[in-house]
Amino acid sequence: MAEVKLSTHGAETHEGHDHEHSDNFITKYIFSTDHKMISKQYLVTGMFWAVIGGGLSILFRLQLGFPDMDMSFLRPILGGWINEAGQLDSNFYLALVTMHGTIMVFFVLTAGLSGTFANYLIPLQIGARDMASGFLNMLSYWFFFLSGVVMFISLFLQGGPAAGGWTVYPPLSALEQAIPGSGAGMTLWLVAMVLFIISQLMAGINYITTVINMRTKGMSFSRLPLTVWALFLTAVVGLLAFPVLFGAALLLFFDRSFGTSFYLSDIYIGGEPLPHVGGSAVLYQHLFWFLGHPEVYIVILPAFGISSEIISTNSRKPIFGYKAMILSLLGITILSFVVWAHHMFVSGMNPFLGSIFMFLTLIIAVPSAVKVFNYLTTLWRGNIIFTPGMLFSIGMVSFFISGGLTGIFVGNSAIDIQLHDTYFVVAHFHLVMGSASFFAMLAGIYHWFPKMFGRMMDNRLGYIHFWLSFVGVYLVFFPMHYIGIAGFPRRYYSFTTFDFTDKYTDLNMFVSVAAIITFAAQFIFLFNFFYSMYRGRRASANPWRANTLEWTTPINPGHGNWPGEIPTVYRWPYDYSKPGSKEDFIPQTVPLAATPESNLPHEKELVKVEREIMEEEGEALIIDEPKGS
Amino acid sequence: MYGFLIALGLVLLVAILWMVYRIQTLLSLAKKSDKKYVSGSNRINAILMMVFLIGMGILLFWYSIKEFDNYQLPIASEHGVITDRLFWITTAVTGVVFLITHILLFWFGYRYQYKENKRAAYYPDNNKLEVIWTLVPALVLTVLVVTGWKAWSDITSPAPDNAHQIEILGYQFAWEIRYAGRDGQMGEFDYRLISPTNSRGVNFADKNALDDFGAQNVVVPKGEPVVFRIRARDVLHSVFVPHMRIKMDAVPGMPTMFWFVANKTTAEMREETGDAEFEYELACAELCGNGHYSMRKIITVLEPDEYQRWVAEQATFIEQDPGLIADLPDELKELAAIKISESNK
Repeated sequence: MAEVKLSTHGAETHEGHDHEHSDNFITKYIFSTDHKMISKQYLVTGMFWAVIGGGLSILFRLQLGFPDMDMSFLRPILGGWINEAGQLDSNFYLALVTMHGTIMVFFVLTAGLSGTFANYLIPLQIGARDMASGFLNMLSYWFFFLSGVVMFISLFLQGGPAAGGWTVYPPLSALEQAIPGSGAGMTLWLVAMVLFIISQLMAGINYITTVINMRTKGMSFSRLPLTVWALFLTAVVGLLAFPVLFGAALLLFFDRSFGTSFYLSDIYIGGEPLPHVGGSAVLYQHLFWFLGHPEVYIVILPAFGISSEIISTNSRKPIFGYKAMILSLLGITILSFVVWAHHMFVSGMNPFLGSIFMFLTLIIAVPSAVKVFNYLTTLWRGNIIFTPGMLFSIGMVSFFISGGLTGIFVGNSAIDIQLHDTYFVVAHFHLVMGSASFFAMLAGIYHWFPKMFGRMMDNRLGYIHFWLSFVGVYLVFFPMHYIGIAGFPRRYYSFTTFDFTDKYTDLNMFVSVAAIITFAAQFIFLFNFFYSMYRGRRASANPWRANTLEWTTPINPGHGNWPGEIPTVYRWPYDYSKPGSKEDFIPQTVPLAATPESNLPHEKELVKVEREIMEEEGEALIIDEPKGS
Repeated sequence: MYGFLIALGLVLLVAILWMVYRIQTLLSLAKKSDKKYVSGSNRINAILMMVFLIGMGILLFWYSIKEFDNYQLPIASEHGVITDRLFWITTAVTGVVFLITHILLFWFGYRYQYKENKRAAYYPDNNKLEVIWTLVPALVLTVLVVTGWKAWSDITSPAPDNAHQIEILGYQFAWEIRYAGRDGQMGEFDYRLISPTNSRGVNFADKNALDDFGAQNVVVPKGEPVVFRIRARDVLHSVFVPHMRIKMDAVPGMPTMFWFVANKTTAEMREETGDAEFEYELACAELCGNGHYSMRKIITVLEPDEYQRWVAEQATFIEQDPGLIADLPDELKELAAIKISESNK
């Protein structure tokens, strides 16, 4: 890591570099400490889990859409989980729902999204050679990998994986008598989560340290791209929230294995009373949601960052209200810690607490609304180029609006009495955090693929992928609002047992078909991704004509990112279509002194400061002195 | 055989798609269209934005109007009228925002699509605008929150003293019902007393328990306050009565409650819905195991006088099974005998 220290200025960095290229296969592709390779590892692992998580949802959508279907053809994969009559086992249905939630929330939208883009973009966009600790970064990935291995093994257990819902509320998750999935499957779930938390904490510490300490010269916080702001705050949220889940999991582990009574009390099950007294099941819910709610912001904040960057670049306009965007990110970060109990309005907790959390929850709608209006104003009077990344970012904004607005219903405790734990909630969070961040993740992949692999993804396949997914996601989740208003509870294996749910079989079938098509459309993306990695058109250095630092690296950046010295930053990242400038973008590395024709009044003052600093450093301006200044 | 044909079909489909993709790529190479900064697809995507907006908009309105009576459940409780009004007010407010923001999003996409000779506006901020659209949502939300808060405080306020006490005990995978009897006091319970003959764990040493009785269905008088005393025996459950807009978790070790006033009898509801077999249903809304989807209990709402008659007909636990009080001290047995003879009058 010697060159990191030398990296600020001076020609000596040139030498430190060429020695680095003696990587062998293992140090380059497996136990790599290079942030770009670790990012790709996160990405591919995330994609693997997305296919698994999505596949599980298709299985339970088959059950919900076609309850009478003969599923014997799935027996080669699912074995005993398909019973004699060709029906899906009802315990396994719950396991599917649980694993789908766990995998999507933690492995795909937390590790896959933050892991990929924080690792890739933070050093490249702030102008650093690598993460603060490459080794910790590598450990973080491998703990995540291990966590995935444990979770994957749990899928194949005799009793099935954990089946108490992704929130694993005790006593259901604590008592094997209550459901088979709460046996070994639940133990592995807890072990996997503990490994995952360790991985996230190591990653988070690294991201935060890197952003605070390793920004290149001139890269003040007020010049950071919004992606970095968002990923930075995500790491802060994760660092504060994940340890609480660790605590909750540990106590649950004690209750399960050592006979403690943190969450258990007054239980009579399997024909006998249990000795536990004095515990509180609601305590677990408080601890879980203290992580669980910030977790949804861990998932959505990077999505805000990515879409802000892409929308600004492809509208050829500065992001509207850069400061307001940062303030709303900060507001959401802080508020995310004081709204958790809105998941628990009817859990039996004190209703007064419910009123407090209703007030706090609806406050969070304000910064969210500001973000949406700012996205819209950024598009307004732009010169919009619909790259696949741009399309997915627009899709993300649309999902965020649709899902965010229903948050105003479920955040209102009086309305939530009826809607809680119905399909309305399922529709709400799948749009606002599931699909929105999934789309931002796809947008990010399309947008930074040229930097990652030096080649372009195919645009037309990207367009097909987008429109199928966009329409598909709406056709899957929008109808769920109606069946939610009609009172359909979630996590129901079958809807024929009640008169009030014994309808909408056609709509459920429709949703399932839409889900299958949407899932199938993702394979277009997978093909495009892997094909383009090897056979795609070669990318130019700055294919989207963007301002941020990562596009000043070589097309295939090596270890250390910049072959020479790290560029200095002279301006904010959103100087698109600045009046007076010939090109419609001015990269962050172009000094204000070099662009007198487009400088704003207050920037003319800054030119003087810029000069003074350069003289102190004994540097000459590389760019020609402008005439007449 | 079928499997083979499907597999063959899939392989062919993939092969065809592959060919189309290759041809298309070669064509674009030949036409050099991939070298252009912005290709013709930009216009197509812009048009699709509008197509999507209009198409989905029509679908949304058509389905929402056509299906209204199906997804809008009739309301059968007094507080349900209030929460549903809040729901529809919120729908109106958010609906307007939903439409405006989406129209702007897709229309901007179409209107400001890339033109070669055009340049985007440099418009980085406008404090006035930002203040406006911070304050307006804040104001609207305040109104929504305050009305919601008022409704919530009323609903969760302590039950009136004259409320009928009904205990609902959830377990895997059914509900047990208990009435407080003519003294209006529910007898104590202890989970360690649960046995095959005493599935609710009622403590019959508590004299309030002596006139308690069980019931197959939940029976509720119309127009009078009723309080559900909710508890669970094994894992979490949740009492959910969709037509009455009731939901409250059942937590082992922590009794919860929900009080309400039913405002339509089952008979009235049968008339309103035109369904002669309509029954109010109680479902479980908190995942509790593999029978979660089948915890059905029927709720019958009667006119108050019908309800009184029904109550009078019910036999108490100790009448039905004298064995329950076999172990009690003698003076309590005497008391029990008096209670039984009273109720048989």
